[in-house]
Amino acid sequence: MIGGLFIYNHKGEVLISRVYRDDIGRNAVDAFRVNVIHARQQVRSPVTNIARTSFFHVKRSNIWLAAVTKQNVNAAMVFEFLYKMCDVMASYFGKISEENIKNNFVLIYELLDEILDFGYPQNSETGSLKTFITQQGIKGQHQTKEEQSQITSQVTGQIGWRREGIKYRRNELFLDVLESVNLLMSPQGQVLSAHVSGRVVMKSYLSGMPECKFGMNDKIIIDKAGKGGVTNEAGKSDLGGGGSTSGKQSIAIDDCTFNQCVRLSKFDSERSISFIPPDGEYELMRYRTTKDIILPFRVIPLVREVGRTKLEVKVVIKSNFKPSLLAQKIEVRIPTPLNTSGVQVICMKGKAKYKASENAIVWKIKRMAGMKESQISAEIELLPTNDKKKWARPPISMNFEVPFAPSGLKVRYLKVFESKLNYSDHDVIKWVRYIGRSGIYETRC
Amino acid sequence: MEWANQLCENRQFGSKMTDSKYFTTTKKGEIFELKAELNSDKKEKKKEAVKKVIASMTVGKDVSALFPDVVNCMQTDNLELKKLVYLYLMNYAKSQPDMAIMAVNTFVKDCEDANPLIRALAVRTMGCIRVDKITEYLCEPLRKCLKDEDPYVRKTAAVCVAKLHDINAQLVEDQGFLDTLKDLISDSNPMVVANAVAALSEIAESHPNSNLLDLNPQSINKLLTALNECTEWGQIFILDCLANYTPRDDRESQSICERVTPRLSHANSAVVLSAVKVLMKFMEMLPKDLDYYSTLLKKLAPPLVTLLSAEPELQYVALRNINLIVQKRPEILKHEMKVFFVKYNDPIYVKLEKLDIMIRLASQANIAQVLAELKEYATEVDVDFVRKAVRAIGRCAIKVEQSAERCVSTLLDLIQTKVNYVVQEAIVVIKDIFRKYPNKYESVIATLCENLDSLDEPEARAAMIWIVGEYAERIDNADELLESFLEGFHDESTQVQLQLLTAIVKLFLKKPTETQELVQQVLSLATQDSDNPDLRDRGYIYWRLLSTDPVAAKEVVLAEKPLISEETDLIEPTLLEELICHIGTLASVYHKPPSAFVEGSRGVMHKRLPARTGSGESTESPDVGTAAGGSAPEAAPSIIPSQGDLLGDLLNLDMAPPTTSGPPPPTTGMQMGGMDLLGGGLDSLVGISHSVDPYLGGDIGGSPAMGAGFGAAPAVMPASLNAPVGGGLGDLFDLGGVGMPMGAYIPPKIVWLPAMKAKGLEISGTFARRAGVIQMELILTNKAMSVMTDFAIQFNRNSFGLAPAGPLQVLTPLGPNQTIEVSLPLSTVGPVMKMDPLNNLQVAVKNNIDVFYFSCQYPISMLFVEDGKMERQVFLATWKDIPNDNESQFQIKDCHLNSDAASSKLQGSNIFTIAKRTVEGQDMLYMSIKLSNGIWVLAELRVQAGNPNYTISLKCRAPEVSQCVFQCYEAVLKN
Repeated sequence: MIGGLFIYNHKGEVLISRVYRDDIGRNAVDAFRVNVIHARQQVRSPVTNIARTSFFHVKRSNIWLAAVTKQNVNAAMVFEFLYKMCDVMASYFGKISEENIKNNFVLIYELLDEILDFGYPQNSETGSLKTFITQQGIKGQHQTKEEQSQITSQVTGQIGWRREGIKYRRNELFLDVLESVNLLMSPQGQVLSAHVSGRVVMKSYLSGMPECKFGMNDKIIIDKAGKGGVTNEAGKSDLGGGGSTSGKQSIAIDDCTFNQCVRLSKFDSERSISFIPPDGEYELMRYRTTKDIILPFRVIPLVREVGRTKLEVKVVIKSNFKPSLLAQKIEVRIPTPLNTSGVQVICMKGKAKYKASENAIVWKIKRMAGMKESQISAEIELLPTNDKKKWARPPISMNFEVPFAPSGLKVRYLKVFESKLNYSDHDVIKWVRYIGRSGIYETRC
Repeated sequence: MEWANQLCENRQFGSKMTDSKYFTTTKKGEIFELKAELNSDKKEKKKEAVKKVIASMTVGKDVSALFPDVVNCMQTDNLELKKLVYLYLMNYAKSQPDMAIMAVNTFVKDCEDANPLIRALAVRTMGCIRVDKITEYLCEPLRKCLKDEDPYVRKTAAVCVAKLHDINAQLVEDQGFLDTLKDLISDSNPMVVANAVAALSEIAESHPNSNLLDLNPQSINKLLTALNECTEWGQIFILDCLANYTPRDDRESQSICERVTPRLSHANSAVVLSAVKVLMKFMEMLPKDLDYYSTLLKKLAPPLVTLLSAEPELQYVALRNINLIVQKRPEILKHEMKVFFVKYNDPIYVKLEKLDIMIRLASQANIAQVLAELKEYATEVDVDFVRKAVRAIGRCAIKVEQSAERCVSTLLDLIQTKVNYVVQEAIVVIKDIFRKYPNKYESVIATLCENLDSLDEPEARAAMIWIVGEYAERIDNADELLESFLEGFHDESTQVQLQLLTAIVKLFLKKPTETQELVQQVLSLATQDSDNPDLRDRGYIYWRLLSTDPVAAKEVVLAEKPLISEETDLIEPTLLEELICHIGTLASVYHKPPSAFVEGSRGVMHKRLPARTGSGESTESPDVGTAAGGSAPEAAPSIIPSQGDLLGDLLNLDMAPPTTSGPPPPTTGMQMGGMDLLGGGLDSLVGISHSVDPYLGGDIGGSPAMGAGFGAAPAVMPASLNAPVGGGLGDLFDLGGVGMPMGAYIPPKIVWLPAMKAKGLEISGTFARRAGVIQMELILTNKAMSVMTDFAIQFNRNSFGLAPAGPLQVLTPLGPNQTIEVSLPLSTVGPVMKMDPLNNLQVAVKNNIDVFYFSCQYPISMLFVEDGKMERQVFLATWKDIPNDNESQFQIKDCHLNSDAASSKLQGSNIFTIAKRTVEGQDMLYMSIKLSNGIWVLAELRVQAGNPNYTISLKCRAPEVSQCVFQCYEAVLKN
């Protein structure tokens, strides 16, 4: 298991050092600094073995977190733990920076003592951690016996992510379907790869221990329901009001993963998503689709090399969704060669600028409706070089945000049951929002 | 997240001062000041002082001198302060064991505290204090805590047992803690179960043979129930523990798999990978015809792909594991090629791993896409990545034959970029392509040679030299190229030196006349001027081979090499199986067994996949070879490393003394240099190689083609026995014999069709003329697993109208490993078409398996008819009649026969001497030959006593045959 955990600043100075196992000595701290942080080369692997000691590291802004071990640990678990550690710290004191870490080092030691025991990760849900690690110190002394056992049973219990006795005057929940659509297209407009990775993020402000059931237009569920002749949930689908252009009813989800609150065995057998939600904001599920993706934009590049010192670039973008919807924050990034000396741009819409420091022409459009087309053309002057190596022509990338789910996913229902308290599903105010963003959206030129 | 930020701001706002100031105290006398503060009466000040101490400890300052003062602060109600003091204790107790005892009382007292959080804190900390005296005191509180009413205390105590075991294993056993721990597996609280499992697994690892975990269907059931309820980390502990269990039968295996598959949808990648490990392992036991088996295979792909959308570090771990999974069960991800395409901003370590998997998944179906991608990658910035991409193109060519041509042209495009490292990498892979598809892409050699000067890496230089040596006969200036390398011989790396040696020897065997000096030079560089034993030994072996029997040397050095295998750098199957059992762990990231990087007893235990138990399955064992290669078993060529030279291995051949002659000469010759060694040893060496030959063929190790090559050798052996001894290198070319047996010259049998190209049928053969009948003498060997029948043979149209005079007489079916000799009489009345070279013959052989084609060259001497003796007068007239333009002159070198012997020898092959004239000590022999199609060839052979070089002039109305006729002269005279 994890033998020790160190946090360094960008200079390699130790900010936090916690050793869990006897086989990790102080020299391990220096070994990582010398061999990884101060190494001249770019880091070639997140796992480094130095003198039979393995170092796992992640970086957050300029802070290095390193877990150290001499055993054959579960590597995936170590990284998951490091990410979790970052989440926990961020939820306690915000951004992970040198200053924040120094300011909270006592708290961090306290957390490390709690969430890692002899190198084994323990309950690391912030919801329950915050009930007893408060840094006020004194709280432990003034709790009643009931409060104490409530804390311990929650930390170790089945539903470690939610405490008992939550009360809201207004029961409310917010569902965000956040998708990032990824594309790699050939210059000829052939889709080389495309996928949507989506997340359903939920903010719940619900009283008691509610039992929730979530439904979406997943093909398998709908097919199942269709066979049984049950379409009871159809009426609720207006809840979404999403804007996919096609009228397709259901989508094929390649794979999905769930927050630990979701009963996986139930999903496996009945494909129904039921859970007791954590309080506040959390990610309910992640999913991935690759079929029938609505690509919101199509980029058509045309690059022509005119002699050795000039390039002509023309890029057309076409929006491909309902005319009534508006895409926002559109940005097209056209890479230019390193030896660019000057650029002249003409665009029909938005603003375009050559940014020498980024070696790219950045074309920004605030808003664009569906089924429209816009164009930019640029003349790039090049300095003559004797560099034999050809310009690698990085792909043209794009950023945007659209108010629908490019995968076509729709929320069909989210039902809340709380038998002990007297509010019903109808009393809960529900909000659903769809946001589609560009992930890596690239067209080769 | 916003609310979290807000909360945090509030909190910071609330606290008056921040902790960062503790990091800034660096003044002198600090320890002294701290001491005073620690002993202060004010609680706040004490706490501040302890914080300062911890901060100093963190940055690595030695604050152990404050031990008693810090421990004094332990008795406090303030939980925060208590935790800080504990932290200090854990760090320094070991260096101050006597004083650490002072803390024991507080621990014992805290273990009785009403607050479960304090009880747990005490037992957790005590376990971390590695002082023998303290551990004794720990036992009683620990025993109580293991049975505490609060689950939080129990789960902490469970881990504490593992801590204690690490300090004093005997104590844990004596105190019966292991049994208590086992009981906790049945605890009602899932987290207690999970921690107990983790602790037991760790303890069991250091007792490989103890049955500590005692997994049985009942306990497994308990674990599976807890799996649904515990935290993500607990699920990992349980799944990792489950993976060590071996189900009793396929039914149990299936039921566990069914209960584990829901974990594949967990958001935590480590849970997913551990579940994959359990499934991959237990799947091994399921019968393949089971529906559930294929369902399970289908279920595995999506979660593996999803892992690639995790953070880059986890992607890296996932990719390293997928690399293993793809080797073990390629079918799982065979349709998922696209997700492994490299993204422009992937970290380099993700890019490199993706590339590896792309090659493993490449198949005929997706090769076009893959190649297009690889070409893109080859223009990226990162040198390592570009190199790997170029190499990948080569591997695609080797793996998917249909793509080879496209790959080669892509590589040529890349060579044109002239980017130094791209060119070098391309040359290295082209060498491998040549080895996979010999005689197919040699047209690119010219382009390669243009880039000779830019090669500065040993591997690329070695590859280029190999190519030059291998195709020396097609490269006009091969000798110049190799000579240019030879100039800086001693500055080259060993790899290049060895390759250069071999290449020059190859060149010499192919073009002996022009390269004597070169070979002599390299042999002396390798044997006399080099300190490298490998190089020296290889040099000597070549030297001996060349000096004893150049023909045998040819058989050895130029023998057909086995093709390289499709899949390179596959992980060896037993290691792969072990690594599959370690999916998700460091071992799977390093692709090394745990014993390679873990010290001590842990991880020494090798894990194995379970054997299949299901009935109905025949002898099929988990066979990685077939799974990965997917090819028919008989076609599986032996895998040879892609680097280095095949000859390096072959030359390790065992020169063990045969029963008939004495051992090879002792190494006394060594001090006197190569010359003497050769001289003194020649006699016995020849003797040895002669008698050893038949069994060298079998003993040579690992190469069927080589064996066949040797098998043909004896036919050409005896000549050298009488060669004068002791001349050193000069003698190399001095091998002509005297007193040859009479009769027509029959060339030795050579392999025309290697088994590898003909689905196991090997054909070797020669041509002979016996009693006026031309015969094709064939040896058919069945090297396949099945019986071969229904043989037939046909010739393509050829220059002299050769055709089979009857059917191929193979009456009995040819069983595996059987050999049959057949003589096929030939006629010369078949259809005629001029071939190039003239004596080329294209043959098709059919059997029950397939039709195979090969081409061979026959000695034109077998077409010399018996009535070829011309009348003297006619000869004279004809000689004058044929225009001088048609006369061609050749030299036959190193022939030690006198004119009479030569004459009688030639007569055996129907070359008739009509007259002999002696002018000034020079014998002039006039000869005539008649070909089966009626063409006459007239010859004048000049033999000078004492001069081993003959001159021959040939006159013929069809001058194109002259070259072939000359070759026959040479062959006949020298054998």
